[in-house]
Amino acid sequence: MFGLIAIAASAVIFLVPFLFVVLQAAKTPGEASSLAFSWPTEWRFLPNLVDVLQANDGIILRAFLNSSVLTVVSVVLTTLLAAMAGYVLERRPSRWGTVINFFVLAGLIVPPAVVPTIWVLQGVGLFKTMLGMILIETTFGLSFNILLFRAFMRTIPRELDEAALIDGAGPIRLFLRVVLPLLRPVVVTVVVVQAVAVFNDFANPLYFFPGDENATVQLTLYQFQGQNLSYYNLLFMDILLITIPPLVMYVFFNRQIVAGLTSGAVKG
Amino acid sequence: MKLAPRITRSALAVGGVAVLIASLTGCSGGLGGGSASTGDKSVTSNSDLQHDTTITLLTGNDPASIAQGKAYADGFHKAEPKVTVKIDGSKPAGGDGDNYVKTKLSTGDMDDVFLYNSGSLFQALDPDKTLQPLGNEPWVEDVDANFKTTVSTSKGFYGAPVGTSFAGGVLYNKKVYAKLGLSVPTTWAQFLANSKKIKAAGITPVLQTYGDTWTAQLFVLGSFANISAADSSWAKQYTANDASAKYAKQPALEGFQHTQQVHDLGLLNKDYAALTNVNGLKELAEGKAAQYPMLGVVISNVQQSNPDQVNDIGIFPLPADNGADTRLTVWEPGAAYIPTSTTGDKLIAAKKFVAWMNSSAGCAVQNKVVAPSGPYSISTCKLPSTVNTVVSDTQQYVQQGKAGVALEFLSAIKGPNLEKILIQVGSGISTAAQGAALYDEDVKKQAQQLGLSGWN
Amino acid sequence: MTTTTTQALPPASAGLLRQRYRPRTRSAYPMWFFLPAVALYVVFFAIPTFASFYFSLTRWTLFDTTFIGFGNFVAFLQDPQLINGFVHTFEYGFVTSAAKVVLGFLLALFLTGPVIARGYLRAVIFFPVLVSTIGVGIVFKNLLDPFHGMVNALLGAVGLPQPGWFTDPNMALWTIAGVDVWKGIGIATLIFMAGIVAIPQEYYEAARMDGASSWRLVRTITIPLSRPAMATVVILSLIGGLRSFDIIWATTGGGPGFTSDVIASVIYKEYQAGFFGLSTAGNVVLFIVVTAVMVPVSWLLNRKQVDL
Repeated sequence: MFGLIAIAASAVIFLVPFLFVVLQAAKTPGEASSLAFSWPTEWRFLPNLVDVLQANDGIILRAFLNSSVLTVVSVVLTTLLAAMAGYVLERRPSRWGTVINFFVLAGLIVPPAVVPTIWVLQGVGLFKTMLGMILIETTFGLSFNILLFRAFMRTIPRELDEAALIDGAGPIRLFLRVVLPLLRPVVVTVVVVQAVAVFNDFANPLYFFPGDENATVQLTLYQFQGQNLSYYNLLFMDILLITIPPLVMYVFFNRQIVAGLTSGAVKG
Repeated sequence: MKLAPRITRSALAVGGVAVLIASLTGCSGGLGGGSASTGDKSVTSNSDLQHDTTITLLTGNDPASIAQGKAYADGFHKAEPKVTVKIDGSKPAGGDGDNYVKTKLSTGDMDDVFLYNSGSLFQALDPDKTLQPLGNEPWVEDVDANFKTTVSTSKGFYGAPVGTSFAGGVLYNKKVYAKLGLSVPTTWAQFLANSKKIKAAGITPVLQTYGDTWTAQLFVLGSFANISAADSSWAKQYTANDASAKYAKQPALEGFQHTQQVHDLGLLNKDYAALTNVNGLKELAEGKAAQYPMLGVVISNVQQSNPDQVNDIGIFPLPADNGADTRLTVWEPGAAYIPTSTTGDKLIAAKKFVAWMNSSAGCAVQNKVVAPSGPYSISTCKLPSTVNTVVSDTQQYVQQGKAGVALEFLSAIKGPNLEKILIQVGSGISTAAQGAALYDEDVKKQAQQLGLSGWN
Repeated sequence: MTTTTTQALPPASAGLLRQRYRPRTRSAYPMWFFLPAVALYVVFFAIPTFASFYFSLTRWTLFDTTFIGFGNFVAFLQDPQLINGFVHTFEYGFVTSAAKVVLGFLLALFLTGPVIARGYLRAVIFFPVLVSTIGVGIVFKNLLDPFHGMVNALLGAVGLPQPGWFTDPNMALWTIAGVDVWKGIGIATLIFMAGIVAIPQEYYEAARMDGASSWRLVRTITIPLSRPAMATVVILSLIGGLRSFDIIWATTGGGPGFTSDVIASVIYKEYQAGFFGLSTAGNVVLFIVVTAVMVPVSWLLNRKQVDL
């Protein structure tokens, strides 16, 4: 009974807004502009989809490609680097710990300075390149993920490290073969959260990765905004489209999360 | 400073005009097919290009601006097949767009041609360092003298006009006015009297649309010509931090008081806090509301949403308390600029492109995609033979000398928080006097940030 | 029962272990593991940030800089919206953070227990995290439109008052806080779930054998042992709340008027206005304030952990 209530409540709170987007995306321009939560009188889902895909020379397809590459590569990098850093930070307490802690927190608190960052990118010749953008997203994600990794590193017994060391494992083997697999729930969490953050990022690509061929998905939302209401249905179609990749990714990883969770995470 | 992008922070980025809707319905100026304008002096003047060249044009990121940019690019490519113009539709609207342009210019990453405001926003770009001077281009002699000053520094001339000038005032529904036997008010008292009659007839007298915050500024910015009429040296004294030219004092306080009065007297639409500009215009066109303090440029939205009612809407100046001071406030068009980072063949191509925009073929494209909202600022561009009533009303006030230029073309100063402050005044959160005093502080901060003398 | 954790060991024996393996332990956790992260952090974050701190002492148009000492800090601290902004920042930060911690923990407890449709519920709660902030802003502005939106239409249909969610000066900030919690609760829940399932089952089994009630299990085992997760959620959500900006910007822009302005949005408006030096000074101030809040909070959370 309690479960049924939970299902009903969650559906209302979390799924109704999603349904609203789907319905809006299927309406005619005039109907969509009234904002009513209603069934479309004329179901225009496919034509709207085609319109969005074709808008502005198919910019959205380019944007999907760019955002996907950016997200995948930067997430892999962030996860690996943050895990390594968080691991040593937790396992090897030193008097530098406080200082490092401070810098990790600073990374979360201080917003990036746009123009000096562009100067640095230009200085190393990476401005307006995918590699530069990947490194930027990786850097900006480090603090958050180091914090996550360090917190959960504590739950892995040190005895495991020691057992592996006695077996003659080197540091890299220890990290990759013993520690990282045990961190699977956290790794999955980090991957999902970071992927969503990068995929949905708007401001950083705008400044550090400018140019039409470099468009990323969030920027496409503006193609249907502006003052003109006749694009309202397309705007919601676009919102729907760019929400699908994170959704698919989550559905895929959700099983991993659940698997990681139910395995009890840490077995001795 | 910053009138146009602040006041038009949603989508009207370039000087308000250029960015509006590519209204292909009801277009009046016919574009003569692919007629290349080879005989045009402005196009053939430069040294010729040796190779095929591709240049980029930065436009706003809203659909209308991009469509407009594409129309220019296509038209120019027909006239000059060697040059391809690619559209970079990435400039955000409003203040973010200003920063975007400044960031691109200061890091040497600007597109080969970009559309941007004239007046104080142009001055903030450090033009002598960042822009290519265009003073020796052959079309310069055709540019209106008033416009020239808005894209010039003491050292040079930098921009080609794009789009038409436009007015700020009260858009009103002429059918409602006729039905109720009202005449155009020239004093604030008459305006209120009209509004009360409209309310009695069950029609919304005054529209406000705080769902788009920039629209809240009209009572103040759209009545600047009235201030100039009352005190011709006001802008100069205001820029020099003269204690007599403050918003907390008359004549400038009037705009704040009017914003408060229409709220206190219950003359507003009930959904003023959330209504958006486009939906407000629909209500005006359909006669559900009678008067809307607005910029004339938005008429192209009506052309799209209510094409049959476009000519039901006219414009009159925001009335001053003293009717003798009532004037229509006019904004100059935005302009096309070329950054110093564009050189060689690209510079030649960019100059040709800019020249083409004001050639006869370019003007035809402008007439088609921009929907004129007032006179052009270059003699080579002519309005189509039939124009909508907002344009003809605007022309009438300009010809009668009952018009004055907006503050952003006379002073570099504009506080960034004006729209927020006016929303407070217009929603009853604070009084006109409090709002005006707060805005004077806001202005002071901006002047200090500009490093103007007399403000520290 | 071979599973133990270092946390469960008495401090003395942990120390003993550590000492015994010390030489090997050192090389097991080589400092160069830091290097790539540090290199990126220094090049793409620290250097530009320190450069920008210099600009906080200048009047900066992006084209020119004029050194003006602490003038920007004086101007920032004299901003008429400053007090208002700070009050809102703290209200907003603490309320959203508290809501995420409490609701997130309860949801995690619920979703790690035996419930039907557990997978569905876990997925659904996480769903808003996937939608971009811009998208969330557009959707909620429309759903909560006071006159045309769905929510007020429903409220009106059953005779309830129809508030101006984003347009009523007294409500706007709290509406945004609600949307923020809606959007962020998934991450908090996920972190709590990971923390809760990492607690070895043996503890529960032992306590159950002693006849402990479920509430007692939660109080004496789940809550204390999910402290790392708790600390993480508190730190992330509090920092996020104190510098929250994008969701405010996407819904009200700080309005109506200044009624939902927080410090971060005041700074952003200065940046937008082209006051680059001033906004950088504002960021320095915000950094100091957030650090002043976070250092004791993070110290407290970490100290409690040692007490375990």
